[in-house]
Amino acid sequence: MKPLLSVENLKMHFPVKGGVFLRAMASCKAVDGVSLTVHEGETLGLVGESGCGKSTLGKCMVRLLEPTDGRIEFAGDDITHANRHHLLPKRRDLQMIFQDPAESLNPRHTVEQIVSEPFVIHKIGTKRDRLAKVEELLEKVGLSAAAAQRFPFEFSGGQRQRIGIARAIALNPRMIICDEPVSALDVSVQSQVLNLMMDLQRDLGLSYLFIAHDLAVVRHVSDRVAIMYLGKIMEIADADSIYENPRHAYTKALISAIPVPDPKVRREPRFLEGDVPSPIDPPEGCAFGHRMGHPKWKESVGMDLSLKEVAPGHWVQPCPCCTEL
Amino acid sequence: MPLLEVTDLRTGFETDSGRVVAVDGVSFSVERNRTLGIVGESGCGKSVTALSIMQLLPQPAGSILGGSIRFKDRELVEATPEHMVDVRGDEIGMIFQEPMTALNPVQKIGRQVSEVFLLHKKIDKAEARAASIDILDKVGIPSPEVRVDEYPHQLSGGMRQRVMIAMALGCKPDLLIADEPTTALDVTVQAQILKLMSDLQAEMGMAIILITHDLGVIAETCDEVVVMYGGRVVERAPVEELFANPLHAYTKGLLRSIPRLDRERKTKLPTIEGNVPSLDQMPDGCRFSTRADVEHDEASIKERPPFEEISPGHWVEKCPFCFQG
Repeated sequence: MKPLLSVENLKMHFPVKGGVFLRAMASCKAVDGVSLTVHEGETLGLVGESGCGKSTLGKCMVRLLEPTDGRIEFAGDDITHANRHHLLPKRRDLQMIFQDPAESLNPRHTVEQIVSEPFVIHKIGTKRDRLAKVEELLEKVGLSAAAAQRFPFEFSGGQRQRIGIARAIALNPRMIICDEPVSALDVSVQSQVLNLMMDLQRDLGLSYLFIAHDLAVVRHVSDRVAIMYLGKIMEIADADSIYENPRHAYTKALISAIPVPDPKVRREPRFLEGDVPSPIDPPEGCAFGHRMGHPKWKESVGMDLSLKEVAPGHWVQPCPCCTEL
Repeated sequence: MPLLEVTDLRTGFETDSGRVVAVDGVSFSVERNRTLGIVGESGCGKSVTALSIMQLLPQPAGSILGGSIRFKDRELVEATPEHMVDVRGDEIGMIFQEPMTALNPVQKIGRQVSEVFLLHKKIDKAEARAASIDILDKVGIPSPEVRVDEYPHQLSGGMRQRVMIAMALGCKPDLLIADEPTTALDVTVQAQILKLMSDLQAEMGMAIILITHDLGVIAETCDEVVVMYGGRVVERAPVEELFANPLHAYTKGLLRSIPRLDRERKTKLPTIEGNVPSLDQMPDGCRFSTRADVEHDEASIKERPPFEEISPGHWVEKCPFCFQG
C-alpha cells in the first residue's frame, strides 16, 4: 500500500505570550516531533487524553494550522507550508469532520447552503445541479432529500453529524480527518454514525484519521492505532496487536481504564495518578515515565526516543522506564 | 425502609407550545450504602428526575406535577423552600456533569467549599476553612492548603470534579446524587473518580444515585439499575440480572450497541434505528414503539403498558411487543 498522507517529525509549537510587551515567554509544544503515515483506504485511530495534542495534529494535517517544523506530504505533494492558493485543490481530497455538529454547522444556513458550500468554493456546477447533488448526498448519509430546506437546529445530534459527513464527502475526497466524530452522541446513535462511516469508507475508498478518546470505538473502526501522549506518539501498531499485546506502559494504563460493560468482571485498573502535565515546558526524556515517577526515568533523559519497530508494523517509544524491549 | 423512595413522580415544563411532561410516572428506591444507576439517552428525563429530588428545577417553567419523593420518612414534594435549603448540601449532596460551569469562576476554591459548612454547621470562617482543607485532602487533592486559595481555572478537569465531590460530601450527606460525574473526563481520570466515590461510600455509608449514559460505568459501580426512555422507566433490575437477562427491547438494544473490545473489528455494529422523538411527539402508549424493530398495534401505541415485577426485583414495562422475555 502507498502512503496517502505522511507526516515526518512534525512540530507545532504555540508561543505563550506574557510580560508587559506580550513577548513570547515560552512555547506550548502541542505536537512535538510526530511521524506517521496513513495509507490509501485505511483508518488510522489516534488516541490520547485531552490536551495530548491529537486535535492539533489533525488540524495541522488539513493545514488549518501551519506547523512550526517537520513535513506533511499528501498524495505525493509537500503541503507543509503551501499557501491558500495551492491548498485549495488539495482540500478537495482532504476533508474534515468535527466533534460538535451543533457548533460546526452555521445555524443561520439551511442544510442545502451548508452541504453545497464546497461546490460554491470550488465553483462546481450550476445552482440546480448543486441542489440535486445535495439531495443525493443527504440520501447517501441516511437523511431525506427534504432535509435540504431545513435548518440545523431542527435535527438531533446524530442527524447533524450526518449533515457534517455529507458536507465532508461532497467533493469525493480521498481522506477525511475525523476529530472526535461520535463522542457527543448517545450510544445507540453513535453506532449508527460509525456504521455509516464504515459503509462510506467501503463504497468510496476513503482513508480516515479517526481521532477519539474512546478506545473501544477506536478499536472497532481502525486498522491501525496510534497512542499519543503530551505531543508525542508512544506506540503505533495494528489495532489487534495494540489491544492484545500493548508494549508501552501508557497504552496498558489506557486500556485498563476502559470500563467493561459486564458486572461480573470487576477489573482492577492500573491507576494513573494525576493528570497530563502541561505541554508548556514538558519534562525531558520520557514524559510518561516522569509522570509515573518511574525509577528508571532518569535513564531516558538525553536518549534517542524515536520509535523502534519491536514486531512487524508494531512501533514503540524505546524508553527504559515504560517499555520492555 | 429505603432511604429514598420515589413513587410515580411526574415533572413537567411549561413551554410556548404547551406543557411537556419530562418525567412521567417514575418510581424507584435506594437504600444506604447502595448505588442506584439511572441510565438512558439524552432527553430521557434522568437529569430532570435528579433535579426534582433536589427541587432545583428551572423556575418558573418546571414543576412537580404529582407523585411522591419520600426521603428519610419525610415528603420532599410538599417541603417548604426553607426546609429544602436544610436538606440540600447537608443531607443530599449533588455533583454535576461539568465542573467548570458548576463552580464559580471568580471565587477561590476554599470559599466555595466553606460555603457548605457555613450554611449548615454552626462554625466560624476559620473552622470552615480548616474543614475545607480536610475534605479536599480526603478527595485526593494534593497540597490542599495551597489549593484552597486558588481559582477553579487553575485546576485540571479531574481536580475540579474532586472539588465538586468535596463540596457535595462536606456535610456527610445520606444521599449523593451524581449527574454524569465523569462524562467530561478522560478514561484514566474517570477511573480515579469512580474509585474515589466508591471508597468514600465504603467509609461514609451514603447512598449514591449515579446518572450516566455509559453502561460500562453502570456495570462497574452500581448495585441496581433503572433504564429510562422518554421520561419513563422501562426496566429496573439488580445490575447482574439486567446485564445477564435484559427483558425490554430498549435495554437489549442499548446493551447490543456498545462497542466492545471483544467484537470483531470493522463489522456492522448493532444499532437502534431512528432517533428519540421529541417529548411532545411521544406516543401515549409504549414510547419505544417508534423505534422498536417490531411493528406495534394500535392499542399498544395508545395505552400505557403496565409496569410489572417479572422476577424478584426485576421490573419491566410489559408492552406486548417490547417485552421480550
